[in-house]
Amino acid sequence: MSTKVTVVKNVLDANDRLAAENRTLFADKKVFVVNLMSSPGAGKTSLLERTIQELQGTWKIGVIEGDIQDTYDADRIAALDIPVVQINTGGACHIDGNMVREALPGLNIDAMDLLFVENVGNLVCPAEFDIGEEMKIMILSTPEGADKPAKYPLMFQSSTALIINKIDLLPYVSFDLEKAKRDALILNPKLLIFEISCKTGDGLKDWTRWLNEQITALASK
Amino acid sequence: MHELPVMQSILTIVLKHAARHNVKKVHAINLLVGKLSDLEVEWMQRYFDHLSAGTVVAGARIKVGWVPAVLSCEVCQTRVEVDKVNLDGITCPVCAKNKFQLVSGKKYHIKSMEAE
Repeated sequence: MSTKVTVVKNVLDANDRLAAENRTLFADKKVFVVNLMSSPGAGKTSLLERTIQELQGTWKIGVIEGDIQDTYDADRIAALDIPVVQINTGGACHIDGNMVREALPGLNIDAMDLLFVENVGNLVCPAEFDIGEEMKIMILSTPEGADKPAKYPLMFQSSTALIINKIDLLPYVSFDLEKAKRDALILNPKLLIFEISCKTGDGLKDWTRWLNEQITALASK
Repeated sequence: MHELPVMQSILTIVLKHAARHNVKKVHAINLLVGKLSDLEVEWMQRYFDHLSAGTVVAGARIKVGWVPAVLSCEVCQTRVEVDKVNLDGITCPVCAKNKFQLVSGKKYHIKSMEAE
């Protein structure tokens, strides 16, 4: 005899619980945690390099690098004299709450104000897995095309800020900047948008000034 | 795209409930999945079959009830059901504004399982 067993359970409960524990820990230690997401090649590591150079005189910074394999990105960050822990997700397409927790013993978060988690390059999965961050920030680069907000709405919906990178390439690529911004705001009217080029440095000051304000606000709480 | 970790979570939860109810065999698992998620039923089933081999859940069918993606207009709160492939240029049918909050269509839930 077949019977129906009622379950009613959020599938990502286990991850959400771990993420909530991470969030409590980060709040206790007053560490501002940014979950940085984008497609492969949009400029996550370049943005980190630029941002760290700008802010490392003010804040103690650390980085968790997520990659399916290899340590290229971690090596670039370590060259800036910043503590960095590499997570090799071993095929998984995103970082989850548990991976972040496992990486923490490798970082001295007691002596840290700002922690960047560079997620795996992917516009789908990272948006669905909470890791306990203060905010999700995403990058869209101009060669990827302006159709991305419509194609990957969750990523844009869950981010606090959208950084449009490689604006120096606008004359050479058919990227409709206004359409990208308009579509991104449909599902996320509060989304902040920064237009930058990590190559030329255009727009970077606005981004780092805003981020600095957010960290200051948390530190003075 | 991330069916594997999601199915692993589902298996863990289902096995716990199966043990709690002294279930000998699970025939089907009823899920509620938001239409904005990128899960494909075919891959969910394949990964699940792989992960559940040798357990009381082996061979269970994954049945998905899709939860519509619903937006609420920021200005007049009108609710609009949308299709993921059709978000581009969407406006509110009442006030014609184009700023929304997501109401549903994002999460996954296990509703029940059919077992003996």
